[in-house]
Amino acid sequence: MDQNRIRNFSIIAHIDHGKSTLADRILEVTDTVTGRDMRAQVLDSMELERERGITIKAQAVRVAWKGHQLNLIDTPGHVDFTYEVSRSLQACEGALLVVDAAQGIEAQTVANAYLAIENNLEIVPVVNKIDLPQADPDAAAAEVAELVGEDLERVLRISAKTGEGIEAVLDAIVERIPPPAGDPDAPPRALVFDSSYDQYRGVVAFVRMVDGSFSRGEPVRAMAQGTRFEAEEVGFFSPTMVAADALRAGEVGYVITGLKDVSKLRVGDTLTSERRPAAEPVPGYKDVKPMVFAGLFPTDSDDYPELRDALERLKLNDAALFYEPETSQALGFGFRCGFLGLLHMEIVRERLEREFDLDLLVTAPNVAYRVVTKAAEEVEVHNPSDMPSEIERVDEPYIKASIIVPKDYVGPVMELNTERRGSFDHMEYLSEQRVLLVYELPLAEIVLDYYDQLKSRTRGYASFDYDLIGFREGNLTRVDVLLAGEPVDALSLIVHRDGAYARGRALVDRLREEIPRQFFDVPVQAAIGSRVIARETIKAKRKDVLAKCYGGDISRKRKLLERQKKGKRRMKQVGSVEVPQEAFLAVLNLDGPKKDGQKK
Amino acid sequence: MTGARHLYVHLPFCASRCGYCDFVTVVGRQDQHRAYVDALLGELALEREALAPRLESVFLGGGTPTLTQPRELERLLRALPPALEVTVEANPETVTPALAELLRDCGLTRVSLGAQSFQPGLLEVLERRARPDDVRHAVYALRDAKFDNISLDLIYGIPGQSAADLEADLSDALALEPEHLSCYELEAKPGTRFTHAHGAELARQAEAMETYFERVVARLTGAGYRWYETANFCRPPTLADGRDLRSRHNLAYWRGRDYLGLGIGAVSTIQGRRRKTTPRLGTYLTALEAGERPPHEVEELPGSVRKSERVLLGLRLDEPLSLAGLESALDSVAVERLERLGLVERGAAGAELTLTDRGRFLGGGVTAELLA
Repeated sequence: MDQNRIRNFSIIAHIDHGKSTLADRILEVTDTVTGRDMRAQVLDSMELERERGITIKAQAVRVAWKGHQLNLIDTPGHVDFTYEVSRSLQACEGALLVVDAAQGIEAQTVANAYLAIENNLEIVPVVNKIDLPQADPDAAAAEVAELVGEDLERVLRISAKTGEGIEAVLDAIVERIPPPAGDPDAPPRALVFDSSYDQYRGVVAFVRMVDGSFSRGEPVRAMAQGTRFEAEEVGFFSPTMVAADALRAGEVGYVITGLKDVSKLRVGDTLTSERRPAAEPVPGYKDVKPMVFAGLFPTDSDDYPELRDALERLKLNDAALFYEPETSQALGFGFRCGFLGLLHMEIVRERLEREFDLDLLVTAPNVAYRVVTKAAEEVEVHNPSDMPSEIERVDEPYIKASIIVPKDYVGPVMELNTERRGSFDHMEYLSEQRVLLVYELPLAEIVLDYYDQLKSRTRGYASFDYDLIGFREGNLTRVDVLLAGEPVDALSLIVHRDGAYARGRALVDRLREEIPRQFFDVPVQAAIGSRVIARETIKAKRKDVLAKCYGGDISRKRKLLERQKKGKRRMKQVGSVEVPQEAFLAVLNLDGPKKDGQKK
Repeated sequence: MTGARHLYVHLPFCASRCGYCDFVTVVGRQDQHRAYVDALLGELALEREALAPRLESVFLGGGTPTLTQPRELERLLRALPPALEVTVEANPETVTPALAELLRDCGLTRVSLGAQSFQPGLLEVLERRARPDDVRHAVYALRDAKFDNISLDLIYGIPGQSAADLEADLSDALALEPEHLSCYELEAKPGTRFTHAHGAELARQAEAMETYFERVVARLTGAGYRWYETANFCRPPTLADGRDLRSRHNLAYWRGRDYLGLGIGAVSTIQGRRRKTTPRLGTYLTALEAGERPPHEVEELPGSVRKSERVLLGLRLDEPLSLAGLESALDSVAVERLERLGLVERGAAGAELTLTDRGRFLGGGVTAELLA
């Protein structure tokens, strides 16, 4: 294909604004998928993705339109995968920015639009869902035009659901997005923007051919990591894998590597040919590091080997997942796992429970800390209970948070951010009604219940996104929890010194509610070092009997006791105290009402 | 095998259904009493060989057995095999001097009166028909008929019941000098009319009522009664001319003996097999009119379950549970833990297990933990 007839684009949108439906419609209109094969949302192939309506792994599909080859590169829609998004965007020359006609732009729209602008992409603004009765296409179009600096009349108005306006979108892609600019005769360079793992064929790299070309059998080297392999097959997605003779400059497709370990080939790396290596990789590669950590423990300690095997297998197609064995006095053997963010953590946990049928206890998440000890040693701490006691300095990760709210909620949001040690960066009016607030916050303040709080204080109107901006020093201390005098390592937390008393008090109160009464009094204490800062007592039970038990009741009463016994088995024995799993999550929402639980 | 030495007969008829009740009962249907007694006798004939030649106990429970028409009740009582202890449950308002005489003449040795409370307001909450004086009059009538083994049932933890109300109920009951008392905490079963009406109130009172069980035990043992089972108390032999006033019939359940149950919803456990007869009156009558066994559910009890039941039932008693053969039913780590907590005691060089007093107040949870 003539390079001038190629268009590479992605679709960026806030969750639920219709990205996947638009992708489906494009596949239909271009006859890439026949009606019979059309599963709704073809691109989201993982069961979990389909169910949650989000895209976890980016994919790429080639479609034909009026003599042009269009490559749709699907991007993950969530903040945790920003790095993957930015790599995907780098593989494109343009992006459709999709905004829900009823919702207007959201924090993710803004973050992704900025990302696209940074990558010099041609942005085609699209207002979707104009068929909805509550749609306000004019307002949404005005917002998005303002955001990307585009003429109002160039904002497309469509309904991916009904198919209205899809052809105009395809035409706009051809007309507005420039063709790829790479040099077809230069030494080959291919940007890896995603990968997946196939148990028979190994790692499949999704690539954008920047310069030159690759054919089957090409001896390939990943420039940043140095990994070498032979391209067993090259091809493209339509939407399933179709082998091709070669991938040429400007094209998007796949390379089958035969590698058995996804960590050998990282997203963002550049592939070149050993025969004619390029001098410089495509710029911008970075090794993504997990920022959020939590302990994963099997509810039944006999399941430890299964959990280990499951993590090994997950890691095969999730290079960002980090894990190492952890032993907790309270919870036994498990793993300390590192995630890109909260959604990533949620997804890993759900996949472990669903695909591997494991019953898991996940401890409250914490962030990575960089600690300098009094002995001038530098350590990275992933677990509060590992925090050294003699500390010279602790650095914690900070984020830049973008929050969009109706203007009436600016006050509550500012208040929340102040409580969470946030510092105000700036504020913009996106329209008369909606305001963008930008704050810098410690990531640690986000990982617990920030999002729940934000939603509840804005009646669900706020949308939120963040970017990591580096490490900063924090005045932090470790708070330990003691149950019946025994420290419970899994409940330790690291907090800002100013908030330590309040957090300790809240934690102790919450634990008193969460831990059922036992056969004896259980003191619950929060302590900094050896100093107790809060104390409560869970009073011993005074009665626990089955009132009557005669000939006709015996089976029923026996079953009742068996159930009670089973309930006890589900608890974790911490010293002499039986602690329900939920108690280990008590720190998740210390400010919220009891049992309000985690967000889903 | 010699057969079961304990017989239970279910008489389901009631004048009305109390809100908290979850037994198999039938309201009204006076016209069915005769047919029902016929059916019971037919069932007895069919099951006769499951019974031992001599019975230790017969227990007529309900429903309200004493609401059964006297002629039919008498016909039934005279046809039942004799036993060392024959008990009938009675609602106070049904016990007239004439009924007391009839029961005496038919060989009953023991009457269990469903008093529940002596406070009119609380009786109303429970939807009981008897008034406090009905209980007293029933006891007098039974004493006049020379009954020397009367048991009173009391319920505590009634919505609105204060600690003083409970003490008053216990005083009123003790004043009647019963040989035996059964005291049950009110169970508000989810989904019942009663729980719907009173659940919120009960939840509010839960903390205040936590001490009621302890109060009941303290008061009754203080009056000299023996706390011989979780919910049951009797005068000890020293206060009863040397008689053992524990309910023989119920002791049989708690000691894991075999028993045969007749009537709708009745349960039998014989040689490791538990059977529950249909709770439907029509189905029951039709089957027995045709001379057939009524439909029933069967539950086979494997050895491990029988052992668990021996533990959970045996530990309800104040006598030590012999562990011979039951070792596999117990979690030995839990036993040690609970022993350290002062909730169980091992005697006879580890061959016996007993709950301590505090262990008995926590008996359900302790047992759940002990079981392997």
